[in-house]
Amino acid sequence: MVVLFSLWPFVNTVILSLTDAQILRGGRFVGLENYGRALDDPDFWTATVNSVVYLAVVVPCLVLLPLALAVLVQRKVPGIGFFRSAFYTPVIASAVVVGLIWQWVLRSDGLVNTVFEKLHLISGPVPFLTDSSMLLVSAMIVTIWKGLGYYMVFYLAALGNVPASLYEAAALDGAGAVRRFLSITIPSVKPMMLLVGTLSAISALRVFTEIYILGGESGGPGGGARTLPFLIRQVGLGFAGETGYAAAVSILLFLLTLAFSLLGHRLSKGDEQ
Amino acid sequence: MLPSSGVRRASAAGRGRKAVLGLSGRYLTLCLMLVVMLGPIVWQFLTSLKGRGEDVYGGVLPSQPTLDNYVRVAESFPLLHYVGNTLIVAALAVTSNCVFAAMGGYALSRAGWPGRRVVFTVLVATLMFPFESVMISMFLTVRSMGLVDTLVGVWLPGAVSVLNLMIMRAAFLAVPKEVEEAAVLDGANEWQRFTKVFVPAAKGALAVVCLTSFMGAWDDFLWPLIVLTNSDHYTLQLGLKSLAGATTVNDQRLIAAGAMAALIPMMALFFALQRFFFKGVGEGALKT
Repeated sequence: MVVLFSLWPFVNTVILSLTDAQILRGGRFVGLENYGRALDDPDFWTATVNSVVYLAVVVPCLVLLPLALAVLVQRKVPGIGFFRSAFYTPVIASAVVVGLIWQWVLRSDGLVNTVFEKLHLISGPVPFLTDSSMLLVSAMIVTIWKGLGYYMVFYLAALGNVPASLYEAAALDGAGAVRRFLSITIPSVKPMMLLVGTLSAISALRVFTEIYILGGESGGPGGGARTLPFLIRQVGLGFAGETGYAAAVSILLFLLTLAFSLLGHRLSKGDEQ
Repeated sequence: MLPSSGVRRASAAGRGRKAVLGLSGRYLTLCLMLVVMLGPIVWQFLTSLKGRGEDVYGGVLPSQPTLDNYVRVAESFPLLHYVGNTLIVAALAVTSNCVFAAMGGYALSRAGWPGRRVVFTVLVATLMFPFESVMISMFLTVRSMGLVDTLVGVWLPGAVSVLNLMIMRAAFLAVPKEVEEAAVLDGANEWQRFTKVFVPAAKGALAVVCLTSFMGAWDDFLWPLIVLTNSDHYTLQLGLKSLAGATTVNDQRLIAAGAMAALIPMMALFFALQRFFFKGVGEGALKT
């Protein structure tokens, strides 16, 4: 069972990527042709650039902001349980629900545009969802919003393991809150920061639902906000699905993911030494 | 704890004021974040309560609160049917994950069968493949089994996740050798040891497997989107998406009601369990 649905699909994807198979018929061996085609395909490059830009923006935010949030909710003050749960709520909501909520916030006749127009801050609606790059930014906002609570819990666990005596000693030495944060908190949670960075990078490369719900089936105007998983689904399935080509793009996505996982691994190794 | 010195006592009043200031600053920031994190959800909830004649954007609170939108969503969209479909998939996923992950994890944690290392390494390696990079091949496999557009097809690829296997393996490895030896002396056979000793010992891990596989099945969107074509078989997430995409329903109040209907049960469950959820996290902080 595990082999059937874990290993075989991967092997099969590699084989498929070397053929010109289509959804309704098997293919014949074409060597690396699909890969060459991907490198010549402007759609492939748009999707790759989108995926990488997505990662480059989302990952730093998801490494730093949840840490700040965790520090904020770490102290046991009355009612803190409520705040923790509240910040975690977007994580519980499915990506579709979150997408629906934000679609309504960001639509051209949505909450933000309506409020801004009433305040006369803007003359026309901001095209959050109908402009490719704005759509990408909107999806990033949603991903970050949903990820805050998730990674906050990781950091809470890490912060819980920092000995309180360290802080007490530093406070006696006259270190202020900022100093204590920089010289105690940051070094203690550094391994966790690397883990969060790696995890959020991998999930940023997988992003699909946010863009699908916010921007619709085509992935923004002209597919301009398509990410790699989006492209794979679009070229690989449907009546004209080119499974061979989609498999090649899949392998390239896998290699990209692998590269970022190894980068995270290497960084954490370097940290231990 | 430490003997307080004269200097420290002298500045105590000043520090007290600073602490109060710090605390109110903390609460202020907390409330600000609360608006950012919960604001969109709360507003959506309030929108779902607004009456037909009300302006969706006019004012925060609905002037004539009504549950009408929930009724209309239930009437025009088979949301309950979608929930039923999702629950079928989730129940299958939870059962199969618990059973197979426990059995597989047990096998992997026991020494003495050839090829164990190879199997383990291969399994860990498969953790590296993002689902998106194998979904095309997965689809072809499911299609060749004739399971496209069935709930079984939705469930099958997630029937047992490698991650769950690893969780169970780690839990079984943590069971002390002495306990197992005692069971052997008592004449328990392999199956009895597994069901009477190991599974009860790994209850916590099993709960984690249960929860993650349920959440996974409940939240999944991309895979059901690929497998299912007939809207009769839609899972909840697909149903919600079709609700938003339907041109006949251009009413934010209805969409809001649908989204809330999907969110509120999960929120209720989470808030009921949040003590346990954050307990492990909080305990670390208290111990030190």
